[in-house]
Amino acid sequence: MNIKRNYFSRFGTFAITIFVAVSLGCSGQQMGSGNGTTSSSGTIKIAGTGSTFVKPIMDKWGSEYGKINPNIQIDYSGTGSGAGIKGIQNRTVDFGGSDAAMTDDEMKQTTGGEIVHLPVVLGAVVLTYNLPDVKEPLKLTPELISDIYLGKIRKWNDPKLKAENANLNLPDTDITPVFRADGSGTSDIITDYLSKTVPEWKEKVGRTKNPQLPQGIGIGAKGNEGVMGQVKNTPNTIGYVELAFAKANNLPAAQIKNKAGNFVTADSSTVSKAAAAFTDKMADDLRFEITNADGPEAYPISGTVFMLVYKDQQDAVKGKALVDFLWWAINDGEKFVVDLHYAPLPDTLVQKVDAKILSITSGGKPLRQ
Amino acid sequence: MAQSSTLGDKVYRTILFAAATSILLIVAAVFYMMVQSSMPTLQRFGIGFLWASEWNPSQELFGALPFIYGTVVSSILALLIAVPISLGIAVFLVEQAPKKIAKPIAFMIELLAAIPSVVYGLWGIFVLAPFIREYLGPVLQDNLGFLPIFQGRLTGIGMLTGGIILAIMITPIVTAVVRDVLEAVPNTQREAALALGATKWETTMIVLGNAASGIAGAVVLGLGRAVGETMAVTMVIGNSPQISASLFEPAYTIASVLAANFADATDELYLSALIEMALVLFLVTVVINGLAKLLIMSVAGRANASKHT
Amino acid sequence: MAEAATVHSKRRIINLVMTSLTAVCAVFATSVLLIIIGFIAYQGISSLSWEFLTDTPKPVGEGGGIGNAIVGSAMMTLLAAAIGLPVGIAAGVYLAEFGKNWYGNTIRFIADTLIGVPSIIIGIFIYTVVVMPMGRQSGLAGGLALAIIMIPIVARTTEEMINLVPNSMREGALALGAPQWRVSWNIVLPAATSGIATGAMLAIARITGETAPLLFTALNSRFYNFFYDQPMSSLTVQIYNFATGPFEVEHAMAWAATLLLVGFILVINIAVRYLTRKKY
Repeated sequence: MNIKRNYFSRFGTFAITIFVAVSLGCSGQQMGSGNGTTSSSGTIKIAGTGSTFVKPIMDKWGSEYGKINPNIQIDYSGTGSGAGIKGIQNRTVDFGGSDAAMTDDEMKQTTGGEIVHLPVVLGAVVLTYNLPDVKEPLKLTPELISDIYLGKIRKWNDPKLKAENANLNLPDTDITPVFRADGSGTSDIITDYLSKTVPEWKEKVGRTKNPQLPQGIGIGAKGNEGVMGQVKNTPNTIGYVELAFAKANNLPAAQIKNKAGNFVTADSSTVSKAAAAFTDKMADDLRFEITNADGPEAYPISGTVFMLVYKDQQDAVKGKALVDFLWWAINDGEKFVVDLHYAPLPDTLVQKVDAKILSITSGGKPLRQ
Repeated sequence: MAQSSTLGDKVYRTILFAAATSILLIVAAVFYMMVQSSMPTLQRFGIGFLWASEWNPSQELFGALPFIYGTVVSSILALLIAVPISLGIAVFLVEQAPKKIAKPIAFMIELLAAIPSVVYGLWGIFVLAPFIREYLGPVLQDNLGFLPIFQGRLTGIGMLTGGIILAIMITPIVTAVVRDVLEAVPNTQREAALALGATKWETTMIVLGNAASGIAGAVVLGLGRAVGETMAVTMVIGNSPQISASLFEPAYTIASVLAANFADATDELYLSALIEMALVLFLVTVVINGLAKLLIMSVAGRANASKHT
Repeated sequence: MAEAATVHSKRRIINLVMTSLTAVCAVFATSVLLIIIGFIAYQGISSLSWEFLTDTPKPVGEGGGIGNAIVGSAMMTLLAAAIGLPVGIAAGVYLAEFGKNWYGNTIRFIADTLIGVPSIIIGIFIYTVVVMPMGRQSGLAGGLALAIIMIPIVARTTEEMINLVPNSMREGALALGAPQWRVSWNIVLPAATSGIATGAMLAIARITGETAPLLFTALNSRFYNFFYDQPMSSLTVQIYNFATGPFEVEHAMAWAATLLLVGFILVINIAVRYLTRKKY
């Protein structure tokens, strides 16, 4: 046996011993830490998953809230609204995020009883595109969006597109639409809007979190980030994302023709105007949508992000922390909203959401008075 | 003394037996879980699930064909690229290169297999996709554009990009197996051919011919790797369930639809359809790996076959 | 005669062309490796900083790092090794010492099958049997998924390494009256340690690079997490999220995280090769 090999065998044994010892040590420590909601340092971890539409503001809120309450960790991962709904149904997370309200069917398939919908912020779904030579914003009607995503308009210089955009120098290139491959609330918002405005869309695709387009239309991507990444990387693409993603990447957002017949730019105020048109008509369980709103300045593809929370929380400590965070986000966290190009909830809605938060209990006892 | 030693033997053997059996139990559990979870679609659609081409979860239309098509075509594409190159490398390493050069080159090619899938995906998005969009794609379209497979939009994201990434990923595996297979061919064959006046290449052809079934095994093994590859493919293939003649168009594979939709499939039938596809993928990889093992064993013997599967 | 000469030269030309082509293949494949590694190094090095290595993710544009992902990857790899190495090695010893029968052949085939099963399926399995009952995605679930991937790999390399131990060592000890388990444990295993350790290190390198089995099991986290019962970040899932997103700062972070990950994996591979070079 030569020296090298001898050295190596000792090294190997040593490495394995260390691995095993350290790992067992860690798992032992974990077992000792009780139910895991609080660690030895008193940190409370709240796990959430879902909507990528809301990810930028959730990250901001989590980070700002952590500065005020260093022992509370709001751990939100963007996996798509569909995954947020599944996460809360299966109770693998403490709260779900979705920009589509749960359907009645989905509400029935829960493992922890009644789910409360808490709207936290409003936002715009924009059509963003990668046409480096087009400087002025593109103008789109619902019919044009539908035609592009159904493959009836396949070139950027299609006469139908040119008719609304005579001022633009649209190139003679193929359009590549980008859509969501995962179950998405953002898809739900835009398909809801197109179903309300374009009969052909309603018939062929309809309102859904999983839209299926005709063959050979485009590229599927995961999450708002994925769609935005694909549009950013690939010339001649068009995709639908939350406004914050387009703004943060310096990519344009098309102006959309609203119900009143005006082309409207998406921003906080036009989204607020869309919500204002609906405040009187909101259902008591707050499951509502604000697409295709009335009003001359309302942005028509606006949406709401809901936090999905069980009405009766299993764990009082975690439940309390969650409820306090949501309260803070809606009442104090609104100041970060406009900077990230979302829109705050209308005051009347904030009151309704506050009332919902107060109704959340643990073991029958309200978590916040 | 004698008694305690038999007891020791029994305990030792039982522990080892339990460990070995755990592998069996894991595979059985995985298989059982998949069969059970895919019952709803198995009962509702039967075998027709495999060649139904409509995929629309919101309307409860579940056809696996676009995903099977994408998986098969991207894997075949990968083989078409990787197999000739792997054969070339293996022949170079075994038949031609002096040991001093062969060793480091062989090692570097093995390192390609050590690079994680997600890293190939990252590289694919930022290096390979733009390269195909700006250079390779236009060249192919200008010269071979009359072929349907090279028509259509050039986005850099699609079947071809997925196939090329897969080819890079399976090249080291195919190369390694072919190398072992060639090394197992007795030297007397080479000497005989050379003595009869054959050139080095002609000798190589004879060796390759005699190792044919082992090489086939290497190819099948490469296929097994390609069909199950997930992350790198999902990052560049475009995730669109369609059957398109063009290699530039987006496609979808079974593994990538699992990655994209398993986390949000709430509906029972939807989840079941996804898991049934996982079951298909599982069975296919089992068959492929078994076949590869048999083929390689027939040439290189037991030891080598076990080394690679 | 002249015809024979042309045939001869034709054969020589074919010989020359084909043998050079094989060399081209080898050069091509090695350059692909160098291009990939070169690109990773070039892109990654500029974003490496102390903050990047130790900080947690922050909202886009506010900096942040992958410290928690490094810890998460390390912890899940350790857990996988703590389970996968003992079980895998024991299974390998069984196959080598007692597995020359139908049962051994079955296990061998099943183990090879498990090695070939796409890792995303292992992730789905663990989601069903661990995450759902536990009610939470966790480092534990992620580590278990990685352990399942590791066990058959370690088992097969261990078996192979034990088979290399000369039978004379075994026979000598048995002849002296030592019980079989003592021979196996005190003589055969130590003789195969370096080989088994090699296999173990390579298996660890392999699972550190896994992404698909972690997507549904460990999920991700924005915080440092030292407990196995919470969602856990990992380098590979972070790279995936950074790479598929639109933000240039995150692309830079993806390259830097990749540099770290690939660096770790290559160092293990090269170290193993260097330490065992005498044997090959």
